[in-house]
Amino acid sequence: MFTRSTRRLRVAGIAAIAAASMVLTACGGASSASSSDASGSQPADGAPSGSITVLTWRTDLVEDGTFDTYKQEFQAKYPDVDVEFEGITDYEGEVRTRMNTDDYGDVLAIPATVTPDQFPHFFEPLGDLAELKTQYRWLDDKSYQGKSYGIPVNGNVNGVVYNKRVWDEAGITELPTTPEQFLTDLATIKQSSADVTPLYTNYKDGWPLTKWEDFRGGITADADYVNEMTQTDEPWTAGTDHYVIDSLLYDAVSQKLTEDDPTSTNWELSKTKMGDGTVAAMMLGSWAIPQMQKAAQEAGHDAADIGYMPFPAQVDGKFHAMTGGDYNLAINVHSQNKPAARAWIDWFNHESGYSESQEGLSPLIDGPVPATLKDFEATGVQYLTLNPAPAGKESLLGDIDKAAEIGLTSPDYRQKIIDAARTGSQSAQAIFDDLNARWAQGRAKIESGS
Amino acid sequence: MTTTTAPVTRPALLSRFRRPAPGPGAGRRGLRAGLTPYLFLVVPLAFLIVLTYVPVVNMFWYSFTDWDGLDPTKNLVGLQNYRDVFTQPDNLRVFYVSLYYFAASFLQMALALYFATLLSFKVRFRSMWKGILFFPYLINGVAIALIFTNFLKPDGGLDVLLSGLGLDSWIRQWTGDPAVVNYTLASVSVWRYLGLNFVLFLGAIQSIPNDQYEAADLDGASKWQQFWFIILPSIKPIVGLSVILAISGSLAVFEIPFIMTGGANGSETFVIRTVNMAFEFNKVGLASAMAVVLLVVVLIVTWIQRRLVPEEERAAKPAKQAPAEPTGATS
Repeated sequence: MFTRSTRRLRVAGIAAIAAASMVLTACGGASSASSSDASGSQPADGAPSGSITVLTWRTDLVEDGTFDTYKQEFQAKYPDVDVEFEGITDYEGEVRTRMNTDDYGDVLAIPATVTPDQFPHFFEPLGDLAELKTQYRWLDDKSYQGKSYGIPVNGNVNGVVYNKRVWDEAGITELPTTPEQFLTDLATIKQSSADVTPLYTNYKDGWPLTKWEDFRGGITADADYVNEMTQTDEPWTAGTDHYVIDSLLYDAVSQKLTEDDPTSTNWELSKTKMGDGTVAAMMLGSWAIPQMQKAAQEAGHDAADIGYMPFPAQVDGKFHAMTGGDYNLAINVHSQNKPAARAWIDWFNHESGYSESQEGLSPLIDGPVPATLKDFEATGVQYLTLNPAPAGKESLLGDIDKAAEIGLTSPDYRQKIIDAARTGSQSAQAIFDDLNARWAQGRAKIESGS
Repeated sequence: MTTTTAPVTRPALLSRFRRPAPGPGAGRRGLRAGLTPYLFLVVPLAFLIVLTYVPVVNMFWYSFTDWDGLDPTKNLVGLQNYRDVFTQPDNLRVFYVSLYYFAASFLQMALALYFATLLSFKVRFRSMWKGILFFPYLINGVAIALIFTNFLKPDGGLDVLLSGLGLDSWIRQWTGDPAVVNYTLASVSVWRYLGLNFVLFLGAIQSIPNDQYEAADLDGASKWQQFWFIILPSIKPIVGLSVILAISGSLAVFEIPFIMTGGANGSETFVIRTVNMAFEFNKVGLASAMAVVLLVVVLIVTWIQRRLVPEEERAAKPAKQAPAEPTGATS
């Protein structure tokens, strides 16, 4: 899963990528002339046919046979289409490398690092954004110039996974509504039981830290927050989303409310710890809830111990939680069987039952709400989705971020905040000043370059 | 390649491999025979070119572009990437981290020399000690990193050992404390590569002729004097070589810190940063430039190494036997 990647796998993956990239650079460009309008052999009645290869990041579902079931159900409807699956462990890295050739499956999930202006080169447009929008949610991320290139398989909402039992035992009955309140609660938990780590950062695995970034926009309930960010030189000014998120992280670490030695954290272990109550809270997407519930049961506790709350910040007395798509399915522009590939995507989103089985939000506008989020919604939280970048600026945020070398969606950025907070080598303000300076520099570079 | 034509009398099996009729075709046959070794070379060379040289040439090309690893267009940016490697503070920091490993390599050489000297004399269970010292080098780096991750984690093996010895006050967060982390990782590196240095030194020491020791014994030289006046001068080229290798080695540190800390907490090394630039920030251009820099450093080091331990060195000192091949000493 998008969110399930682990550092360990990356290690193994990198060697493979290194080897693969050598092979690929050598043969790349050999057949780039493949036509983009190839549509495969069509029977008279126009039903999709041919064979398609589906690249997936869910190696676990390929192995346990779930995808074979999907294939049977799909072929019951489209008997002329043969489907093959390729589960890829280091999905991001491997697929990105393979995209240098024409051979990257017929249906694939768009790797997160592909920038919008690159979509038309690699993926078949699925339709007009305005039209698809009447049916699907979270399309904006993977759209470019009014065309949609990928449809999410499900959606996630972002918040705080917490162990209710631990919070109850510490005597906390009300959900925190401000970061200060949140920190006080964490301190209370720490006082009530010395064994409990109030907030687990998963520093070493790194990617869980990138989930903190998903809160942006929700703190000030500003769906345009990210677009405004590209227009300012100082996104880390008191009151902004980044300022609030990163201050909370800094303060939690400097007040020793996080794990003692962050360099020895472990994602798999963190689930067990959340399950048995030795960790009280983690910042993660809603996809993590079923995994934590499972861990709680395995630890001999109740799945109902696991709760989910919005980020502790309110605007006008209301929580706001950001929602976003998981991986988006797209069609390879070089595919020989595009109608069949399209049939798979539509079938997967409408009929496979994937999103329900993952307890995610449905990509369909009128899709069902998963049971795990009932309590969360009872807090009166408002869902919010970031607005798309204005036309022509789809890549701006990424470009500035890259030029500034901050890496908003990379672990380094928040690992450094944790480093500084632990040692006190830099005050939070000094970090923010540095980030602002980099951001301003990045913006200047991009503006002078374009 | 002289052959006679008597196909009838030859065993059928052999004749199958012989081509009949020399005469006018002999010249062509000689040509074909001359080509044979090259034909055998074609396959390995093709692999080498396709899998090594083409990518390396590509890497040079990428290092002058701003390529992100995916984009169909690669913009030329000239030397900007190289300028960035040596001017950006974040890039310079990784050189500073290398200094820890460079310093540690001297400790490593001192230890290796100590053990090599010790084990070159008669010692009980000599082969076993040699095996123990060399063994870590045989373990895969990934396995070593995982072993030490568990050994050094809070309340892990080392902490238990220390508190068992009553040294609780010595306990640190071995990878968590930014003041300690690079010492910790460098020590793991020493533990791993000590065996290699040890074997290099031992091989050189064992190639010193025995009669020199005998003469020294007769003259009443102590073991220390034997070390200082016989062993050390004899293995000077190998020590020099080790120092040189330490330079490129300390720049190329990768898997141990990558797995143990992921380069976090101020332990990012040159190669980790290269990987991060390529796969985390998608700056393939800059990463290629860093790889080229590393390649150049390694080439320079190799050149110096060849100058330091040349063939003539052995010829110039006729009294000394040629140093044994390092691998010969492992048994």
